[in-house]
Parts: sequence; C-alpha cells; structure tokens
Amino acid sequence: MAVEQPQAQAQAHAPAPAPARAGEQTRIHNIGYRNYDGPRLGRAYARRSLYSQSLRGAYGLGRSAKTKVLPMLLFVVMCVPALIMVAVAVATKANDLPVDYTRYAIFMQAVIGLYVASQGPQAVSRDLRFKTVPLYFSRPMETVDYVRAKYAALASALFMLTAAPLLVLYVGALLAKLDFTDQTKGFAQGLVSVALLSLLFAGIGLVISAVTPRRGFGIAAVIAVLTISYGAVSTVQAIAYEQSSSDAVAWLGLFSPMTLIDGVQTAFLGASSAFPGGAGPSTGEGVVYLIFVLGLVAGCYGLLLRRYRKVGL
Amino acid sequence: MWTTRPDGQLAVRSGSRRLFDLRGTLTGPYDCRGMAIQLPGLTTGCGLRHYLRTVTVIATESLSKRFPRVTALDRLSVDVGPGVTGLVGANGAGKSTLIKILLGLSPATEGRATVLGLDVATKGGDIRERVGYMPEHDCLPPDVSATEFVVHMARMSGLPPAAARERTADTLRHVGLYEERYRPIGGYSTGMKQRVKLAQALVHDPQLVFLDEPTNGLDPVGRDEMLGLIRRIHTDFGISVLVTSHLLGELERTCDHVVVVDGGKLLRSSSTTDFTQRTAILAVEVTDTDEHPDGTDALREVLHARGIDTHDGSGLPGAGHILLLTAQGEETYDLVRDAVADLGLGLVRMEQRRHHIAEVFTDSDEQAARDAEAQAALKDGDEQRKEAVGHGG
Ligand SMILES: Nc1ncnc2c1ncn2[C@@H]1O[C@H](COP(=O)(O)OP(=O)(O)OP(=O)(O)O)[C@@H](O)[C@H]1O
Ligand SMILES: [Mg+2]
Repeated sequence: MAVEQPQAQAQAHAPAPAPARAGEQTRIHNIGYRNYDGPRLGRAYARRSLYSQSLRGAYGLGRSAKTKVLPMLLFVVMCVPALIMVAVAVATKANDLPVDYTRYAIFMQAVIGLYVASQGPQAVSRDLRFKTVPLYFSRPMETVDYVRAKYAALASALFMLTAAPLLVLYVGALLAKLDFTDQTKGFAQGLVSVALLSLLFAGIGLVISAVTPRRGFGIAAVIAVLTISYGAVSTVQAIAYEQSSSDAVAWLGLFSPMTLIDGVQTAFLGASSAFPGGAGPSTGEGVVYLIFVLGLVAGCYGLLLRRYRKVGL
Repeated sequence: MWTTRPDGQLAVRSGSRRLFDLRGTLTGPYDCRGMAIQLPGLTTGCGLRHYLRTVTVIATESLSKRFPRVTALDRLSVDVGPGVTGLVGANGAGKSTLIKILLGLSPATEGRATVLGLDVATKGGDIRERVGYMPEHDCLPPDVSATEFVVHMARMSGLPPAAARERTADTLRHVGLYEERYRPIGGYSTGMKQRVKLAQALVHDPQLVFLDEPTNGLDPVGRDEMLGLIRRIHTDFGISVLVTSHLLGELERTCDHVVVVDGGKLLRSSSTTDFTQRTAILAVEVTDTDEHPDGTDALREVLHARGIDTHDGSGLPGAGHILLLTAQGEETYDLVRDAVADLGLGLVRMEQRRHHIAEVFTDSDEQAARDAEAQAALKDGDEQRKEAVGHGG
C-alpha cells in the first residue's frame, strides 16, 4: 500500500505475530515523532559553534570538573606574578614596572608550553582517537571549517592566557600612575607579540597533536618542541656568546618558537632581547625572523588541512 | 504531501519534503486502490502514483571507484526509491565506499550519482545537510554524555542551540535511551552506543539516512530491536533509509528493497515486498513428549493428513526442529494450533517469516540468469542461512 498504516493494529489481529515486532510497534506509537521545520544555519554557524565549544573546552568549561583543573590552574599561575609585580609597583611607588610587557611571555614560557601541551591534544586528538572526525565531515562542514575552528579556538585560548597578565600589568601600571603613553604603547606592543605567539604556538601544538592521536605522546612532543627547544637554543646561544660570535647568537634564535618571537619583537616591537648579551637580531635579520614565524603559521595550517583531508571518513 | 503520524493520522504537508513518506512499493494495482481509499478527496489517485514512482532517492550511473590496488566499485548503476533499502554484500564488497561517494566525500573515479536529486560531485554540502550518516566504526567519545554529544552534533548540522537541545531529547527517546543519556558514553553497552550513533544521524531530521552496518556487534535481541528501529525510521519518522549489512537474512525482514553488491558490481536490485507479500511462510517449532519422541515428525504427519504440506527447510542448520509451511490464511494458524494441541505437544514458536531472500532470487524468472552468479557471490550463504534461522528465535 502506498501509505503506511500503523502496524500495531494490523498485527494485533494476526495470530502469533513475530513477538519482537508487535511489541516494538505498540510501544512506538505512544511517542510521536516531530519533524523539524526550523532553520538550518549551515557551515558558518557550525564553524562558529565548533569554535566556541572548543574555546570553552580549552578551559574545561562545559566539560567535567577534572578537566577544568589544569587549564584554570595554569591561568592562575600565569597571572599571579603579574599581580605581585603590580602590587609591588603600587606599594613602592616605583616609576616603572619590573618587567616589560614584551618580556612577560618569555619569562613564563614554561607555563605556556605546558598549557599548549595539555590543551592541544585535548582540542584535536580526542576527535581523532575516538574517530569522531567522520561525523563532522558527514555534515555540511568541510575540512577547512574544522581546521579553522580548532586553530582559532586554541589560538584564542592562548591569547587569553598570555594577554590576561599583560592586562593586569597595564591596569596596575595605570593605578600606580605610571606614564600613560609609555604604558599604553608597551601594552599594545605586548599584545601584538602575544598574538603572534598564540598563532605560532597553537599551530605547532595542533600539528603535533593531530599526528600523535595517542594519549601522552602528543603532550611529550609538544613540550619537547616548545619548551625543551627553547632551553636547548638558549644554551647553545650562551655558548656562542661566550665564544663571542654574536652573529651566531642571532641566527640560532631561528630554531625555537620562543626565540623566534623574541627575535621578531626585538626587531619590530621595541623589545629588549632576552638573548644572551641582549643582542637580538637587527631589523634585517628580524625580517627573516618574521618570515619564519609567518611561514611556520601558514605551514601548520596547511599541514592540518592535509592531515584532515586524509582522515576523510 | 501526506505524512503518516504515529497515531495513524495523515498529515498533509506542502512541498516535496515528505514525498519519501510514501513507500517505495508503489507498483501493484493495490497501491493505487489503497491510496484512493485512504485518502478521501484525492481524485488524482493513479496520476499521483505515477508521479511518485519517478521519485528517486539515490541514483548511480556506471559509478566506479578505483584505488591503486583494488576496484572498490565497478560500473555500478542502481536506482533507489523511497523506503528502507538494504545494501548487502560481503566484506570488501564496496558498501562503505558507496556511502562515502554518496555523501560527496570521496570523488568517484568514473560515472555519476545523485542523492535526493543532487549531484554528489558538485552538491556534497547540500546533500550532507539533508542526510544523516551512521558510520560502521566506533565514533563516540567516552567522556561525554549522550545528550551533550548529540546536542553538539545537532549544532554541527546547523540547528540553533535551543532546537538542538529539543531535538536531542526527542531523538534519544525515540531510539530508546532514557535516564542513561546523562551518563558518560564510556559506560554504555554496545547496544546503547549503537543507539547514540543512530541518534546523531537522525537528530537534524534528515530526509535520508545512511546506516553502515548498524547491527554490528549486537546480540540477537539487540539486533531485532535495531532492525525494528530502522523500520520505524521510515514508517514513523518518514525518513528513507539505506542500510548496509553482510547478512541477507536480517535485511529481508526490514527492507522494502534490497541491492546486492559483490566485488563492487551490482548483483541484484529488487523489491522484497513484491515477493514476500505473495505468500507467507510459517515457521513452527514444537517440543517432544514421551508419547511423541519426535514431536516435529509427528506434527508433520498430522498436518500432512489434514492437507498441509510442510518442508523442513532442508539444508538449514537445525532444520530438523523447524517446520516451514505456507500459510493460506487465518485457518492455517488455527489448524496448526489444533494439531499441536491434539498431539499434546508444546508450541515453542509459530511465526510468520518472509521468504529467505536467496529463495526469492531463485524464484524470479526474469533475472534467473544472474542467480547462479548471485549464489556464488554469497559464498558464505550457509552462514547467512544460519543467521536467518537464528533470527527466528
Ligand atoms: N581508502 C582506501 N584505500 C584503498 N583501498 C580502499 C580504501 N577504502 C576501501 N578500500 C578497498 O575497497 C574495497 C571496498 O571497501 P569497502 O570498505 O567499501 O567495503 P565494505 O563493503 O564496506 O566492507 P565491510 O563489510 O568490511 O565494511 C576493499 O577492498 C577495501 O580494501
Ligand atoms: Mg564497510
């Protein structure tokens, strides 16, 4: 027949119907199925939803209490030194903050590394490990949407982590009645610097996490690339400095993400370099640093796209 | 258009959206008559039927997919209408590959395909907005609840937050998940996980769902429940279904139409209802008693004496204990019941069964030429028959 009638009735009269089906049918008919006629908001909305869900997830929001502990703790650890510095500055009526806006992230680089190592895998490895990715791609969303949402979310989360203490410093500096123009300029330079840092670190963290879906591996690899590489490069730079080859010091900085950011901000954002001897790259060398950073960001984005193209279904 | 409501009311809706509520079996003269009766005021009757017959949910044309080392699909041409369609084939037959192509996620090497009238090569996004997909593999994160997960997936399908929550609650209830939906998925049984997977495929109220081996890993009871659920997706929800399995036995009871593929080639595409409605096969199983040590045999003799021929489903494992007979109508049931009672045997079961699809194929003359091939392809046919018998229970 063309239009389906409820089978429960029909089957109720049939002698000894298959028991499972009869039971099934009767039960079903008590519950009405409703069609959905509302809006379907499409790709851009799905991408935004995934972005906000991932961003919240990067601080454990909307997830279990256990997953909130680490990111929240790291956030606090990130801000506490800034609070102390501000308190001291206000109390002692100092005429400058004890640390530059652009130096703060370098000072706290281990904490940032730890944050990326914990939240990068959280952001992408779970979907890969539990094979949830195909469910996203069986919807209107495409690879680019997924990658952009995830990348933007982790970069935003990192920006919050690194910009929050700068904001604390800035507000504190204004409370301590330090020079407004100076402080605002420094704060702005600091924000640009941590924005760049967030993009770079998020990209590296995501790529590593996306190729190591296994738990633990990703975390270790991210720490190695972000934090250990900084230690290694700094050590080699120190040795080079001892042997007074300052050229080498500048170029060695290209080999770790943190020193890359250091180089860029020394050349363009008025920062004093954290390189041994404070001898950061010149403006010419700085261009190479900037190209490196932007190239890495683009490269990470491209690698992520490739990675997810391959996952497909 | 008319939508069957669970309460039996027909809902009239505009547009072509719910065309698919109408079964794919719009072929015999009965369809036409049935419709005219059920839809008072419908004067176009057969004209509409003709129109509906042209509705194709999935169409492929010489569709091929070649991987460097294997040909997963080999010039597959098939049309699938509204209703529940089974896609049957052994492991590696190309079922999942076909679904990926139909979702617009994997380009075909050659040929073309449309889903809901949309070309898979160019309209993948539009297709994926209108269809649901349940993968064959695990795809659920263990540390979130079914509710959270399905809400998220609903939003990924474009549903606004409030609608996503509402549809999630509805859909989880429809697939049979209640209190447990607030618990983390990690603690669910396989059956419950399959329901969550199904729910995420249905939450955005698609027009069509692709279910890739939904009965995988389920025990017989869970499998029957899942098959019942699949049937309802069409009859109650008005959503067309393409469901894959490597077991013919389970799909014959659930599907309106079965497509058999092997080695990426189409072996058969035929309606199950055409065949199974013609005659009903009754399966009877009885206990033995002291008086009748072989109850089955005793019953066979009595039934034979009363003019009913039985077959023992020769070749089927466990066949000795099951009598198959052709039900002529209600009388047959009464006759069997009385015969069993007279003999003092216990009736273990008496149930209606569709033809086994393999038999259906053999019966069909027009395509007899292909049957040998079909049988050969289903080389694990024995296993499948065992399944079919197992299902009786
Ligand atoms: N990405 C791929 N690369 C290479 N070969 C593939 C790929 N995907 C599928 N195949 C091959 O294509 C053939 C069909 O695979 P497919 O997964 O479609 O089969 P199936 O019918 O779904 O089988 P199963 O019942 O095991 O799920 C197999 O031989 C498989 O090895
Ligand atoms: Mg498969």
